[in-house]
Amino acid sequence: MSLLSLSNVAASYGASQALFSIELQIGEGECVALMGRNGMGKTTTVKAICRMIPASGTLRFAGQDLTRLTSDQVARLGIGLVPEGRRCFADLTVSENLIVSARKGPWDIDRVTRLFPRLKERQGQRASSLSGGEQQMLAIGRALMTNPRLLLLDEATEGLAPVVRQEIWTAIDELKSGAGLAILVIDKSIQELRKVCDRATIIERGRTVWTGTMPELSRAHSERHLGV
Amino acid sequence: MSRESIVNAALFALLIAVPLGALATDEPFIITLATRAVILALAAVGLNIALGIGGLVSLGHAAYFGIGGYAMGILAFHAQSYTPLFEGPFVIEGTKLMPIIWLVAICGGALAAFVIGLLSLRTTGVYFIMITLAFGQMFYFFTISWPAYGGEDGLSIYVRNSFPGLNTLVPIQFYAVCFVLLCAVLWFNARLARAPFGLALNAARQVPHRVEAIGLDPVRLKLVALVISGAVTGLAGALFADLNRFVSPTMFSWQMSGELMVFIILGGTGRLFGPVAGAMLFVLLEYLLGGISDYWLAFLGALLLLVVLYGRGGLVGIFAGKARNHD
Repeated sequence: MSLLSLSNVAASYGASQALFSIELQIGEGECVALMGRNGMGKTTTVKAICRMIPASGTLRFAGQDLTRLTSDQVARLGIGLVPEGRRCFADLTVSENLIVSARKGPWDIDRVTRLFPRLKERQGQRASSLSGGEQQMLAIGRALMTNPRLLLLDEATEGLAPVVRQEIWTAIDELKSGAGLAILVIDKSIQELRKVCDRATIIERGRTVWTGTMPELSRAHSERHLGV
Repeated sequence: MSRESIVNAALFALLIAVPLGALATDEPFIITLATRAVILALAAVGLNIALGIGGLVSLGHAAYFGIGGYAMGILAFHAQSYTPLFEGPFVIEGTKLMPIIWLVAICGGALAAFVIGLLSLRTTGVYFIMITLAFGQMFYFFTISWPAYGGEDGLSIYVRNSFPGLNTLVPIQFYAVCFVLLCAVLWFNARLARAPFGLALNAARQVPHRVEAIGLDPVRLKLVALVISGAVTGLAGALFADLNRFVSPTMFSWQMSGELMVFIILGGTGRLFGPVAGAMLFVLLEYLLGGISDYWLAFLGALLLLVVLYGRGGLVGIFAGKARNHD
């Protein structure tokens, strides 16, 4: 049984419909890539899962109907979000950013700082004074502190230096293999996604157009749906 | 020790030195002025919990201040007139005991803040300001047309309420009571700001929807902040009424809400001692400039304008630099 299951999901921003028919399944401990060109509805799908925008269709997580829940209830159910653009709480320190989201479970400040040792060095620093990469690590750490069963990573390596990007990918790999977290990753780097993810779902103009395992994702699919 | 801690320590020392100096030079009026500053500071500290940490620009905090004042006025009025407050299956008498009056004022302020918060926190921005203002005015007009407790003329209490073991009619003793309460609330405020609740409230002020993404309900956080804020402001209202031995609908007026906000802006929004500095400066200006001109508030307006334009950290910010938790 899937941990997260989306079927025939549609969503709109006011009068403008962004999602028409999204199909997506993620199992326990599975890492799935959500792929597509810019503006095809990847971030909107994440927002629909987190109930940040109203959506219709079937959205179920661990057997629960997400459409009846609010954003905070979805998060408490076990869905951790690392939003596009990091969005840490700028006025709070690194420790405070982590404390604020802490919930009972295996993830605590020690474990987060073991995953990202740089955060330990910056514990007393305000989030706004961190580099882009450190802010991204903090955003991931903050989501982990909610002790999620499913982690949603929306463009987690966007705009980062190659070295930092590699650190983030190593951490994602560790989360998948070491912590056994289910992960949904949105990213532009197909090469890295191939290394880390088990399966991929491609969406185009708000519709799921392809789903399969990573080895099944051929060059033809990439060229046709992703333009690379 | 940070610069802000030094400024806070200096303000704390002033709060001790001024009344002691006045006591030594036999100037009871100065002690009364200091008491007024401490009580107004307490009310502003209450507002600062909602405004400074939670970003809730409430223009109706006079409602809680007035509720505290009337809690004192009504209880003391029934005690001094030997008439029961309520007669039915059981009888509720009035009281002149400060701790009981404070408890009623705190509960009254908290309850009103809970009800007002439930309705007003559905809105944000200008709408929130307007709805809180409307609630304040509602209480104002209600008390004006409440003849049982003086209506527009207000209610006089002949003797200051009592505190076990103290003679509250002695200015320095009543000052000590108010000062200890201010210190307790400041300590609580400092703890609250660093506790997970305070951090979450601060985060909710910055990016409400991100707080939801970590499993917290920003409206609930703000409601709790408003209730705590209302309770503290209610307590200040009871002390203010006790200081003047008089309550009137003006305690509920929007000007009162505005004054509380002015204390915070003058002293420094979100700063622990900002409301204290603002209230002290206000009372000082009222005393010094009020004797020179009836239009002293125009000077205050000019000062406020300067602070808003050039010193956004307020008085504390001028000496201590940029706030840690504010833009």
